[in-house]
Amino acid sequence: MTEVAYLDHAATTPARPEVRAAMAPFLDEVYGNPSGIHAVARRAKTALEEAREEIAEHLGCAPGEVVLTGGGTEADNLGVRGAARAARSGTGGTGGTVVVSAIEHKAVAEAAARVARAGGTVRTVRVGADGVIDLDHLGAVLDDTVVVVSVMCVNNETGIVQPLAAVAERVRAQAPRAVLHTDAVQAVAWLDPVVTTAPADLVAVSAHKFGGPKGVGALVVRDGTGLEPDLVGGGQERGRRSGTVDVAGAVGLAVALRVTAATRPVDVARIGRMRDRLAAGLATVPGVVPTGDRARAVAGSHHVRVEGVEAETLLVALDREGVCAAAGSSCASGASAPSHVLTAMGWSRRAAKEAVRFSLGHASTDADVDRALAVVPRAIARLRGAPVAAGARAGESG
Amino acid sequence: MSGGVDSSVAAALLVEAGHDVTGVTLRLWGGPSDSGCCSVGDVEDARRVAAQLGVPHYVFDEADEFEAHVVEPYAAAHAAGATPNPCVACNRHLKFGRLLDRARTLGVDALATGHHARVRRGDDGVVRLLRAVDAAKDQSYVLVGLTQDRLASVRFPVGDLTKAEVRARAAALGLRTADKPESMDVCFVGRADRVAFVEARVGARPGVIVDDTGRELAAHAGIARFTVGQRRGLGVALGERRYVVDVDAPTGTVTVGPPDALLRDAVGLRDLVFTHTRPPADRVLGVQVRAHGRAAPGVLDGDTVRFVAPVARVAPGQVVALYDGDELVGGGDAV
Repeated sequence: MTEVAYLDHAATTPARPEVRAAMAPFLDEVYGNPSGIHAVARRAKTALEEAREEIAEHLGCAPGEVVLTGGGTEADNLGVRGAARAARSGTGGTGGTVVVSAIEHKAVAEAAARVARAGGTVRTVRVGADGVIDLDHLGAVLDDTVVVVSVMCVNNETGIVQPLAAVAERVRAQAPRAVLHTDAVQAVAWLDPVVTTAPADLVAVSAHKFGGPKGVGALVVRDGTGLEPDLVGGGQERGRRSGTVDVAGAVGLAVALRVTAATRPVDVARIGRMRDRLAAGLATVPGVVPTGDRARAVAGSHHVRVEGVEAETLLVALDREGVCAAAGSSCASGASAPSHVLTAMGWSRRAAKEAVRFSLGHASTDADVDRALAVVPRAIARLRGAPVAAGARAGESG
Repeated sequence: MSGGVDSSVAAALLVEAGHDVTGVTLRLWGGPSDSGCCSVGDVEDARRVAAQLGVPHYVFDEADEFEAHVVEPYAAAHAAGATPNPCVACNRHLKFGRLLDRARTLGVDALATGHHARVRRGDDGVVRLLRAVDAAKDQSYVLVGLTQDRLASVRFPVGDLTKAEVRARAAALGLRTADKPESMDVCFVGRADRVAFVEARVGARPGVIVDDTGRELAAHAGIARFTVGQRRGLGVALGERRYVVDVDAPTGTVTVGPPDALLRDAVGLRDLVFTHTRPPADRVLGVQVRAHGRAAPGVLDGDTVRFVAPVARVAPGQVVALYDGDELVGGGDAV
C-alpha cells in the first residue's frame, strides 16, 4: 500500500510530468513579456499563442475566444459579473436578473450576489434530492428580464453531472436576452469540453483540477457575447483581462488539456473501475449512504453520508491513517462548514456535517483504494463504537 | 490551540516531553467579530506553530454548538437581567465537552490546553484542580464545572509556569506567538459594545431606575446596560455614590442604592457541581465570583454560600467558584 492514499482530486491534482516539463523553459530562458516587440518578447508571444490555439482546440472554441485568467474563480467572476455588467451598460438601465442553480460553487454564487448588490436580482433554481437541477423550476424562473444564467457542468461536492444541454434549450427558448455561463471546473478531467460545454456562451475552467498548474484558468467567451472586464489596465486578452499574461501557466494549461484529452477515455474507464470498487466496499458498511443519483456522477467521484459520525472527526481519523478525503467546502480558516449543496438537496445541517467526499483522479492507483478500504470502515466502526458519543455531554450542565 | 502564546507553549512542552501531539483549533464564531480566539489570523498562527513543532493541525467548526451553548444563553441571560460568564460555558460545553469527546472518539489519551491551572492526580485516585503557579494569571475560575470524568483526560502544561516563563519559552523556541498580546474581550463581542450586541439579538428592554424606597429617578433605554454592582453610567445624578443593587427584568426596573445596600451575607447557587466531593459544611472556603477577583471567605450550606463577612451582592448568573486553599472544589451560578 502507498503511504498516503490521496482521494481529494476534486480539491486539486498533482501536476502531470508533461506539464512540468513544458512549463520549465518559461520559468527560465523564455522569460519575455509577450506584449513586447523584440526578439525575447516574440518567443514568449509565439509560445503563448500556440498554447492558446491548443487550449481553444480542446475547449471547442476559436483562439480569440479564450481569455486566460488566474484560475477558475476568476473565470467564474469574469463570466457572471462581466456578462451582467455588459447587459446593464447595453440597456443603460439598472440590473437585470441573474439565474443560478442552488448548488453552484461559491465563485459563481458570490459573483451573483455581487450583481444583486449592484442593483440586479438573483433567482436561485432548486435541485432535487438526486443532486440534479430542477429543470421545471428553471423554466419557471426564466423570462426576458434574465441576462445571465449560470449552471455548472459537474458539481464540485457530489460530482453529479448537470444537464447543461437541457438547461441551454430552456434558456434559449424562454430567456432570449440571457447569456449562459457554465462553471466547467470539475468537468474537464471526465467529460470532453468540446461536447459538454458547447451549449454555453461562457465556460470557466481551471488547470489544476486536471494535472495543470494552480492559479491558471480560462474563460471561453464565444463571439458575440457581451462581457465587461473585471480587471482593467494594459488591455491584454483583447481588453477582457488586463495584466501581463502568464506564459508558463498558459503552456501548462494547454499541455494539461492535451494530455487529459489523450488519456481521458482510458482514465475514465480505469478510474471509474477503482471508484466503483471503493463504492462497493463502502456500501458494505452499515449507515454509509451514497449521495444523490450516483449513476450521474463523474468517474472519479464518490460521496456519502456516514450516519452518526461527524465528517470533521472522521477526516482526522482518516488523515492519521494516511487517507486524504474531504468534507464540504472549506472556509478561510480551514474549518468545514455545512455544505450549501447538500442543504439545497434537502439534507439537514446535521446530515450535511456527516458527508464525506472521496475523489479519485489521474494519479489514483489501486493501492489507494486498497488503503481506503482497509482504513475507512475500521475508522467508522471505531468512531461509532467510542465510549463517549460526540455531543453526549452537550446537554449536561454543571 | 487558540493561536495565542499559552496554547502554543503548551503544545511545545508536550512535544518536548515526547508525546504524540495533534493540534486543534476550534472555529467557534461565524459572526462579524474577527477578534478573539477564532479569527482567521489566529487560526493561521496556530497552524504555523503546529507546523513548526512538526505536528498535524486541524480546525473544527463548532459555530453551531457555540451559538447554542454560549452565545444564545449569553444574550438571553443579559436580557433577563443576569450576568453570565460565556468563557465558563464555552469551556464546559465546547473545549472540555465536545472537543474532549471528539478527542476520546479519536482514541486520543488526553486533551491539553493553554489554561493557567494545574491538575494533580492524588494517591487516592482523585484528580484535583489547582490554581496556577502564576497567581496573577490563574484561570482555574473559568474551569468550574469540570468533574472527575473530564479532568481525568485533561492536561494544563503551562500551569506550572509563570506568564513570563511562558513567553520566555516561546521566544526561546522562536514561536511566532511569543509576543502576542492577550485577548481580553468576550471573543464574540470583540471590541463592539456588549449592550449593542445583546440588544441587537434580544431587543432593548427599557424601564425605569428607582431608588431603594421605590421612588422613580429616571427612565432608561434597556436593562442590558445595567449589572448589579455597577456605579458608572447610571444616567442619574444624585450627588452621592449610587450602585445598581437590583435589575428586575420582567418590569424593566433597575434599583439603585448606597454602597451598603449592596452588601449581602449569602448567595444562593444553582447547578452546583463539585470537582470530586462536596466540601464539609463547616469548611471555610474561598469564594470567587469573577475571573480575576479576590476570593472572600465563606462556607457552603446546602445550596447557599454564607460569607464570613458581608460582601457586595453577587449578580444573578455570575459564576461562583469555591476554593479550598489552592484547590477549586466546585461552584455554581448565583441566583
